[in-house]
Amino acid sequence: MRFVDEYRDAGTARALATQIAARCRPGRRYTFMEVCGGHTHTIYKHGLEDHLPAEVNLVHGPGCPVCVIPMGRVDDAIHIARQPDVIMTSFGDMMRVPGGEGSFLDAKAAGADIRMVYSPLDALKIARANPDRRVVFMAIGFETTAPSTAMTVLRAEAEGLANFSVFCNHVMIIPAIKAILDSPDLRLDGFIGPGHVSAVIGCQPYEFIARDHGKPLVVAGFEPLDILDAVHRLLTQLAEGRCEVENQYSRVVPWQGNRIALSAMGRVMRLRPHFEWRGLGFIAHSALAMSDEYARFDAERVFDLPGVRVADPRSCQCGEVLKGVLKPWECKVFGTACTPETPIGTCMVSSEGACAAYYNFGRFSREEMRATSAGGPLAEEASRT
Amino acid sequence: MCLGIPGELVERLPEHEDLAVVDVSGVRRRINVGLLADEALAPGDWVLVHVGFALSKISELEAQAVLDYLNGLGQAYEDELDALRASDIA
Repeated sequence: MRFVDEYRDAGTARALATQIAARCRPGRRYTFMEVCGGHTHTIYKHGLEDHLPAEVNLVHGPGCPVCVIPMGRVDDAIHIARQPDVIMTSFGDMMRVPGGEGSFLDAKAAGADIRMVYSPLDALKIARANPDRRVVFMAIGFETTAPSTAMTVLRAEAEGLANFSVFCNHVMIIPAIKAILDSPDLRLDGFIGPGHVSAVIGCQPYEFIARDHGKPLVVAGFEPLDILDAVHRLLTQLAEGRCEVENQYSRVVPWQGNRIALSAMGRVMRLRPHFEWRGLGFIAHSALAMSDEYARFDAERVFDLPGVRVADPRSCQCGEVLKGVLKPWECKVFGTACTPETPIGTCMVSSEGACAAYYNFGRFSREEMRATSAGGPLAEEASRT
Repeated sequence: MCLGIPGELVERLPEHEDLAVVDVSGVRRRINVGLLADEALAPGDWVLVHVGFALSKISELEAQAVLDYLNGLGQAYEDELDALRASDIA
């Protein structure tokens, strides 16, 4: 049984599944959002939904940095890449993300110098090695990644590098959660909080969710057991009438976050008044731009950008998927017109995107589920051992 | 890019206090440890590496658990290791 084989501790998983079921009030529906794409990946990869009681519904949130980049920003980046003497550098994840006029891969095939890098520091190295070229780093990611960009800019400054700049598309998780809480589309009972983002921002920024919105949040790790544990903690809080921020992932996440990371971000970047998120629209104070002090490293000021807003293809329902309103398989083009090979929407591009994760893993687990007895694979495994 | 991958610290580089060599699943590369300047880091310690930066110091037990998890991811972890292999931070 795939589910149990892949667990480090099948016994613990079974015990947790039993405890989760015991915590549910029969007939009540519990809807929890896992904010982070890494969690979505684990949930589908391990078929966790099939092993939760029918009362518990997991919906996927906006925490996939590749997925939330609007098409117009991809077009702007490609516009920069086509300027004379430019080398555009990017994480591999961005290469196939479609803009209004194709992806980085398409632009590269058409002659633009676009290079994949593992780290922004690799982009810096390319800048050092090519003093007669203008090297731009396509910066994407939540607070997990933004400090790396900030530290790289500080390094560029220390070295006096004049041919390096950042096209800053860093986004922040708290405003996105706020937007979802304010959205009338969805009724949530709690959140599974992101792991690595919280290693940077800590747990305090989530406290308003418990305090002002009355919903518990559990910061969780990425293993299947972590997610089951988080679901159990959420249900326990609700059963006991508590509403708190809990840190299930304290082995990686300090409650206060990372002081150095936050201070580097604060120095190099500033809050944008608003930023467009793919599918979610404009969200106030939800993204970072380069600060005035570091304007010379800001690709948006170094280059003239078209800045054209491009609407998503009409058939694409990434917005609903990113808000947790639709499950991937409920999208009209899922798995037919939109596949990982020929993605229409960003959720199908990144391996953390809900659609790609479901396309690659989830549908098999659903088929497997249908093929097994009503008790499900867990019950079957338990009866065998 | 979203993965955090465990690396064992092999050596600090005295010529650059922010850099260190880590071993990630047999791949040895330089990474930046500047975000962990508040922590005492020594060879043998484990860190969670994200896009070339050590993000958190973790226990060896946690490192092993994360490695098991990453190995289970298959292609996504292979792609991340390929990207790391191509990295040459200095």
